[in-house]
Amino acid sequence: MTDTPLHLIRNFSIIAHIDHGKSTLADRLIEACGALTAREMKGQVLDSMELEQERGITIKAQTVRLTYPAKDGNVYTLNLMDTPGHVDFAYEVSRSLAACEGSLLVVDASQGVEAQTLANVYQAIDANHEIVPVLNKIDLPAAEPERVRAQIEEVVGIPADDAVEISAKTGLNIEGVLEALVQRLPAPKGDAEAPLQGLLVDSWYDSYLGVIILVRIKEGRLKRGDKIRMMQTGATYHVDQVGVFLPKMKSVDSLGPGEMGYINAAIKTVADCNVGDTITLDNRPAEKALPGFKPSVPVVWCGLFPVDADDFDKLRTSLGKLRLNDASFHFEAETSAALGFGFRCGFLGLLHLEIIQERLSREFNLDLIATAPSVVYKMHMNNGDVEELHNPADMPEISKIDYIEEPWIKASILVRDEYLGSVLTLCTERRGVQIDLTYVGDRAMVVYRLPLNEVVFDFYDRLKSLTRGYASFEYQMDGYEESDLVRISILVNHEPVDALAFIAHRTVAETRGRAICAKLKDLIPRQLFKIAIQASIGSKVIARETLGALSKDVTAKCYGGDISRKRKLLEKQKEGKKRMRQFGKVEIPQSAFLAALKMD
Amino acid sequence: MTHPLPLSLYIHWPFCLSKCPYCDFNSHVRETIPQERFANALRAELRHEATRLMQDAPRQLVSIFFGGGTPSLMAPETVHHLIEDARRLFPSVNDPEITLEANPTSVEADKFRAFADAGVNRLSLGVQSLDEADLAALGRQHSARQAITALELGRSIFPRLSFDLIYARPGQTEETWRAELQQALALAADHLSLYQLTIEPGTTFEARHRRGSLILLEDELAASLYLMTRDEAARFGLRDYEISNYAIPGAESRHNLTYWHYDDYLGIGPGAHSRLTFSGQLHATRRHRAPEPWAELVETHGHGTREDETLSPEMKAHEALLMGLRLREGINAAHFTRRTGLPLRDCLDPVILAACLEEGYLEQDTHTLRATDEGRLRLEALLGQLVL
Repeated sequence: MTDTPLHLIRNFSIIAHIDHGKSTLADRLIEACGALTAREMKGQVLDSMELEQERGITIKAQTVRLTYPAKDGNVYTLNLMDTPGHVDFAYEVSRSLAACEGSLLVVDASQGVEAQTLANVYQAIDANHEIVPVLNKIDLPAAEPERVRAQIEEVVGIPADDAVEISAKTGLNIEGVLEALVQRLPAPKGDAEAPLQGLLVDSWYDSYLGVIILVRIKEGRLKRGDKIRMMQTGATYHVDQVGVFLPKMKSVDSLGPGEMGYINAAIKTVADCNVGDTITLDNRPAEKALPGFKPSVPVVWCGLFPVDADDFDKLRTSLGKLRLNDASFHFEAETSAALGFGFRCGFLGLLHLEIIQERLSREFNLDLIATAPSVVYKMHMNNGDVEELHNPADMPEISKIDYIEEPWIKASILVRDEYLGSVLTLCTERRGVQIDLTYVGDRAMVVYRLPLNEVVFDFYDRLKSLTRGYASFEYQMDGYEESDLVRISILVNHEPVDALAFIAHRTVAETRGRAICAKLKDLIPRQLFKIAIQASIGSKVIARETLGALSKDVTAKCYGGDISRKRKLLEKQKEGKKRMRQFGKVEIPQSAFLAALKMD
Repeated sequence: MTHPLPLSLYIHWPFCLSKCPYCDFNSHVRETIPQERFANALRAELRHEATRLMQDAPRQLVSIFFGGGTPSLMAPETVHHLIEDARRLFPSVNDPEITLEANPTSVEADKFRAFADAGVNRLSLGVQSLDEADLAALGRQHSARQAITALELGRSIFPRLSFDLIYARPGQTEETWRAELQQALALAADHLSLYQLTIEPGTTFEARHRRGSLILLEDELAASLYLMTRDEAARFGLRDYEISNYAIPGAESRHNLTYWHYDDYLGIGPGAHSRLTFSGQLHATRRHRAPEPWAELVETHGHGTREDETLSPEMKAHEALLMGLRLREGINAAHFTRRTGLPLRDCLDPVILAACLEEGYLEQDTHTLRATDEGRLRLEALLGQLVL
């Protein structure tokens, strides 16, 4: 295969809310272009997706190269870019979009535009995409193409007169979509003779081939045997193979400007392949890297501990395996007095955290406990240093801190009118500042600035239950601001339980401290001695509960001479002590702390 | 010349007329009890064990206890033979305490005189309750009236008399238990065993408890019943010398003190346990639990031993602590070290010990460690933390 002429290439992504039919449309396009037979469809597409998909959410970008003989008589190469589908991966999405010239905006004709769709559409507009609105599920009785068309124009602000009306499910007007792509999307630009500039869109680990890099060639040409250089890291590799996805992997001799494909270069770990990096040739490097690179920085951290201490090594190995394929997630060993040995893990967001946690339990069969998620705070010290803090247990002495900054987000919530009141209340409770409130038909679009630490504290769950699942939520990071934050320690018999410490705004410290104390009081079994459970800020106690001593624990009867049975019971009791955490004279079963964390 | 080792003898009679729903003891119901076979087997095992023990070291018999099952179902002449054998095989203290457990049915009461003539000097009656409905619920074969008759008869025949009651029964209140307890205390026994109802694995009560049809008292109420029981008993001159045992000073059960002091005892009969010093080591032994296989073992080998374990110093320390802290008098540190080979202090978690002393759960002086009333009320939890 040789380089495709630029004017016959179209690179596009599909923007859609979950369930609005993105995957179905993608399948139809693949089918229509004959890349796979109908029989292959199921096996092929789903197989390759299953690895990258968790809970219906794509976390890896991928492409499919389609060949489409258009009505104008030309045969076009269409590269479909499937982008990661969640706000946690906003940066990854932006790189995927940067690899394309246009997008299909797929909207469910019976549902209308959702907040998440909006966020992605704005990103696509920012990436100078030509946007082709597609109204899906037009065959449904509840479809209201006119209303949704108007909504797209009003909310998204793009013309929707010539929106393509389709039914991905029945295959209705798939050709209309293909024609729109060819006619309305611009062809990519680029000079095959220029020094190589390839955008590293994503990478993943294949157990047979090692790391596979997904690349979009912007300038120049990449061939098998080339020595490439990553412009960010400076690392160089020999290219063993270049190819395209049909969606099966197919090796080609070279990739030219405007093309998308893969590189296989005996790279050991995806950590060496930063999303957004520029790939150039070692012997003829480009002068400048492509714009927009950002190192991936975890914004949410939590401790992950094995419930069974014997699983620690297994956890380490499993985290290592996940990291092979996901460089955006970080982990380092952590020891907790209450929970034992585990790892402090950093994620791109809450969903990312959930995905990793779920994969650990599902794929690696690990029973884990997570501490409350923490954001990354900036501690401005009296001596002028700025320290980043993501583990409340590591908080420096108050007297050494000048002030603390916390990260804020800009959140867009699209919600049915009837639930607006409770959403506004929730945002206000969470220290939110309203930026905007607009109506889209019977739905309100509220934009709030919120401290991220209020969002990681059960915000999604509350939002979901307040709106019966009808709200859609999207956010982006929006800088740091000074804040009156305090570290709340939870003390059992005056000794701090490291795993339960948390950082919160002073105004909510007491309420949350009290809630945890009350919860612990219920969870800790009565002991030989009474137990004081306290929440404190520094040395000041802000909440207190007392768990009384157990009132009776003795077997009345001690039968005949059968002491052995009693001794064995005692020895079992002593064995159980190993799973206890001693607080002075009181021993608390680890399970109580686990339960306390589990309920959050 | 070494001092003879004190020794208590326990003889297990494994048969009952019926199985009580709360009882997990090694008791069995048979249509007809093979009296002669079991009498012979018990005597054979006693002879075998006594010979072995006396060859090893000098011993002195301090008590005999016929337990069960229902030993009052034994033929008095079997009791007579066993007492006679024991006293012939072992040197004995002057007036060894010889206790027999009995149920207060009329059949058994009719044999009291014969048991006394056989040498039994202490009767322990399984009264369990003085409330008719509760007696039925406990699966007992006797009435409250019969119990009182049997008590009066026992008191007139035996020099010493004890009886058992089970309290903290479902539905019991402070008022109903106080009335029942006062009635019991007025019956003028010199010793009472007052047990709180516990749910034992494998019993009918356990199944009901699991299903939720039998509900135990709340711990708080059970604890207050316990303290009330102590106070009521004291008003009648009976001291709580052990967690569930109350006696007029001097009338404590010599036999049971052997367990609590962690001295040597020889158990014979199905399922009987022993702690025996042999060749300078303390052995824990257990006989075969099932009556007929046990008898068969005795008939072939002379004894029905199924397990014989040499106890390590740590195991001995655990057992001595488990037993000794049940006593009001507590543990004598010197005796503890003699029995276990370990200093008492080395067996205790110093942090917990200090906390227990401060909390008033334990008391100690140079010679003794004892649990207070509050400590004994929580002894299981306390031991679980205290013992190293």
